[in-house]
Amino acid sequence: MPAATETLDALKAKFGELPVSEFRGQTRVVVTKDNLADVMRLLREVRGFDLLVDVTCVDYLNYRDARNRFGLVYLLASTDSNERITVRVFLNEPDLAVPTMCDLWHGADWLEREAFDMFGIRFDGHPDLRRILMPEEFSAFPLRKDYPMQGRGERHNFPVITRSEA
Amino acid sequence: MATATSILDRPQQSEQDYLWTLNFGPQHPATHTTLRLVLKLDGERVVDALPDIGFLHSGFEKLGEHLDYNQYVTITDRMNYISPVANGVAWHGAVERLLGIEITARCKYIRTIVTELARISDHLLCTGAMGLDTGAFTFFLYAFYQREVIYDIFETLSGQRFHPSYTRVGGLFHDFTPLVIDKIRTFLKNFPKTLEDMERLLNRNRIFVDRTKGVGVLSKNDATNMSATGPIARASGVTRDLRKDEPYLAYADLDFQVCCATAGDCFARYYVRMAEMRESLRIIHQALENLPAGPINIGVDERTTLPTKQQVYQTIEGTITHFELVMLNRGFTVPSEESYAAIESPNGELGFYVAGDGSNIAYRARCRPPSFIHFALFPQLIRGHTLSDVVAVLGSLNIIAAELDR
Repeated sequence: MPAATETLDALKAKFGELPVSEFRGQTRVVVTKDNLADVMRLLREVRGFDLLVDVTCVDYLNYRDARNRFGLVYLLASTDSNERITVRVFLNEPDLAVPTMCDLWHGADWLEREAFDMFGIRFDGHPDLRRILMPEEFSAFPLRKDYPMQGRGERHNFPVITRSEA
Repeated sequence: MATATSILDRPQQSEQDYLWTLNFGPQHPATHTTLRLVLKLDGERVVDALPDIGFLHSGFEKLGEHLDYNQYVTITDRMNYISPVANGVAWHGAVERLLGIEITARCKYIRTIVTELARISDHLLCTGAMGLDTGAFTFFLYAFYQREVIYDIFETLSGQRFHPSYTRVGGLFHDFTPLVIDKIRTFLKNFPKTLEDMERLLNRNRIFVDRTKGVGVLSKNDATNMSATGPIARASGVTRDLRKDEPYLAYADLDFQVCCATAGDCFARYYVRMAEMRESLRIIHQALENLPAGPINIGVDERTTLPTKQQVYQTIEGTITHFELVMLNRGFTVPSEESYAAIESPNGELGFYVAGDGSNIAYRARCRPPSFIHFALFPQLIRGHTLSDVVAVLGSLNIIAAELDR
């Protein structure tokens, strides 16, 4: 269900004209890194988007006509009004840090850890930003487009721990 | 052990020297799948739990960027392998939204029926395994016998018991045959009796109720705040159910109820799942009796659905469409856009965020995995309970490691 006009009006009143688009019944709004935290706080506390559905990222390295490297995507929903809204932030290297959403939605914890693990996006203020799916000593970010699907030989060069060292 | 100590290397450790660290998994009969918990115990009481996941990580999302929209269904089948058809329906639902395709009425009904069968199969496994872990072995066998019947239906339907890969972009792999409809009817006739037996075995069973009531309580606020969805959120009083709130497929035409509880403990989660199976039976019954006639795939002219073999060999449009869709440098016409579509899978909201870049392979195929999000709840649910409650809480969350790690 697309976002209500009241939501978009509230955003407009506070942050001015934000690029809003609609595609197949989904409302998407693009925000800058600086006002991300305020936009999310307004959506959560004033507009009642109490469910953080997903946090994910898209790497636009080989994407046609892309001007930014990463697009961070927050999918929000409201359990009362069933509204949904997608908030996107574009990020470029070397500054891949955004404020964490953990204090607004506790569910952001693992979702942000996964985005960090797979894309190397840093979430400032995250209580426990460690790799979640890949092993701790892994150094690359596997879902980036410059990482090959076959990997870079990690499967053959993993460290062997003997019983006496364990 | 090296990782375990580094994870637990927290400032407060010196004050908590009396605590005992226990590794639960990755190979433990009660985790059922491959996941690890580092538990901090004070005697038998769990002070804290640290989930350590990723043992089954196989890069499903990366593979999604290298397989085309039809091929990827074989991978989504392996995410939540307890209810694989639901994953296929979610994936192709998301792809169809991106492409802007409206599927036929018959296809909608058939997808509804198979998703509900998958829901029953998933809930049977979850409640069955929960019973098994808390000592109700008979209950588990009752559940698994019926799961076998559902597997048999899927085998007749698609030729594959475990991973049917049944959906296609804009349609299905195969229509229902009279034999399949017969088998579903037989299942609808026999299953309610088993369900009654199962309820009689556990609903008022002293041992089971004592081990699950009041254990792992999740409040309504925490449920939404922690992004919980599906039966786990509904057991805490959240009434959200995408089948009602954002009706997709044929759910708008069918009469069923959303099952909720307010307690939010393990027993409530068990109870909601048992109740949902009854509603699923109603849905399947209605959908099967009102199954619309007509084709299951959208027309050949649209050039979005793989034509049948007969169309390929006997019509020129079929040949052209087949060629267009199968050749590597051709395929679907996809907008350079991104969209998200979700279904109410047995475990909660299962959605796919698909980015298209014009080629017939997704640029990004993000899965919103309910198991992953629900496992994050675990430390909060287990704190303060005893070691023996770990299995009850794990069982009630229905963590499927293949979906957890992808």
